[in-house]
Amino acid sequence: MLKRAHYKRSILPYLLVMPQIFVTIVFFFWPAAKALIGAFLLTDPFGQKSTFVWFENFKVLFSTPEYYTSLKITLFFSAMTALLSISAGLLLAVLANRLIKFKSLVQTVLIWPYAVAPAMAGMLWLFLFHPSYGMIGFFLNEVMKLGWNPVLNNNHALLLVIIASAWKQVSYNFIFFLSGLQSIPKSVIEAAAIDGAGPSTRFWKIVFPLLSPTVFFLVVMNLVYALFDTFGVIHTTTQGGPGGATNILVYKVYADGFVGLDLGSSAAQSVILMIITIIFTVIQFKYVEKKVQYT
Amino acid sequence: MIEKTPWLNRFTIVGLILGIIILCFPVYYMFVTSTLSIEEVSRIPPPLIPGSHFLENFKSAWTLGALGPKMFNSLIMAVGITLGKISISILSAFAIAYFDFPLRKTFFWMIFVTLILPVEVRILPTYEVAANVLTPIQYLLSLMNIQVVLDWSMLNSYTGLILPLIASATATFLFRQFFLTIPEELCEASKIDGLTPMGFFWKILLPLSKTNIAALTVILFVYGWNQYLWPILITTKPEMHTALIGVQSLIPKADDIPRWNVAMAGALIVMLPPVLVVLFMQKWFVKGLIENEK
Repeated sequence: MLKRAHYKRSILPYLLVMPQIFVTIVFFFWPAAKALIGAFLLTDPFGQKSTFVWFENFKVLFSTPEYYTSLKITLFFSAMTALLSISAGLLLAVLANRLIKFKSLVQTVLIWPYAVAPAMAGMLWLFLFHPSYGMIGFFLNEVMKLGWNPVLNNNHALLLVIIASAWKQVSYNFIFFLSGLQSIPKSVIEAAAIDGAGPSTRFWKIVFPLLSPTVFFLVVMNLVYALFDTFGVIHTTTQGGPGGATNILVYKVYADGFVGLDLGSSAAQSVILMIITIIFTVIQFKYVEKKVQYT
Repeated sequence: MIEKTPWLNRFTIVGLILGIIILCFPVYYMFVTSTLSIEEVSRIPPPLIPGSHFLENFKSAWTLGALGPKMFNSLIMAVGITLGKISISILSAFAIAYFDFPLRKTFFWMIFVTLILPVEVRILPTYEVAANVLTPIQYLLSLMNIQVVLDWSMLNSYTGLILPLIASATATFLFRQFFLTIPEELCEASKIDGLTPMGFFWKILLPLSKTNIAALTVILFVYGWNQYLWPILITTKPEMHTALIGVQSLIPKADDIPRWNVAMAGALIVMLPPVLVVLFMQKWFVKGLIENEK
């Protein structure tokens, strides 16, 4: 879209877009192309020679059980993180929206965890769940006698990273749900009440359907968050362990590429991650289109 | 309220208090721990009342993690990303909305595609480019049979921390959307008054964009300060590390003295700047968050 009142062609617009286009080409198009090409190359450990090997890197990748484990863990981890943080955010927003007094105070208290870095959230929960020094670890071990130890137990480690990742994201979902709830006209709710619908019927028959675009948007955003932004959580808490139990895809790309220096495999993994993000983006744009049509 | 629902009202209060406790208790506990001495940290059950050793722990965290220079690095990075993203995207949005030129659509789509790939997806190749920014040019020259060695490494530099992260489409779209809502008469009138395009940008467009810029500033500052993966890759020298990396190094390993009090004191300090920005600029933050994602 171009403004009706606009300026004639000159050198100026090129100068204006140049900084962004330069940064985009150097740090976006070039690396993306290199990842694509690199995924089909086999480079020797000294980085001297590369040979074109077609889909060899992908074949090797999909023949290693570690990759399937990582895929499965990523799926479970992302789904649980999204589910936990979305439902908590929705519940809190619905409750906060019922308040008459102290509404803005409650809002402030619930919003700030958004500003905590994933790496710091990881560190915080690592400590809380520490089997000997943490409050929750103490409770699980000394009071519940569960033998809690995220350093050794796969499920405990996975639970730890899910809770740490979801905790930080509740605020984000809360903000969007609250703004969605506030945009629902009071008259609709009142009309339903006059027709005899109780609070729970009103929520499930009117409020929730009206919120469904927000829910859908947040599902996509939370999955993207869990897939990529949680690197910090993993790196400060479990570093993919124990025995790969929390080795999610984005951490694996880092560990294989930078620590293991397996460039071809890392590039192939990058390409698979790219495909996943492209799918998400397409889904999201479909949704944006729909929203434009129906409102 | 439409009807009287005493049980629901009670549930609302109880639920919200529980929610606030779950969200805030971890940080309160973090604060308590940062005020304890090392003996108190290993006490069972863990204390819930603040002690008196905060300054001491804070000082050890500050020196052990070298947090002073690292907080400075984080500040430069966060401010650099904020300013960089806002300025390059407002300029390109101005060009795309207000100028008719042949490559307009091409540029628009080039920026648009960057939406789909976050830096986490392409870390290795982006790192390679940052290690020598001139490789694309070198490659082009080698195609023309010119063999030269060009070397400009961004590793361990502020440019390396900032520049690769400022390419993003969201801010450009935000400004473009906003420009499209500005009445056409403003531009027409400014033309009649003899204002140049850049004059129109400085005197009219920029002042009108103030609220959008404020909202974006909050979001981008938090985004920049909380970057973690990219700084780990691009900085190998400790003096270029950011605050998050410094605090991460304070986490006690299995056989260390469990100095969680020091680690938590460090984490508290490093968490503070973005949290304060969000708290004090809450209005802008909520606006920015919701509009940024539209």
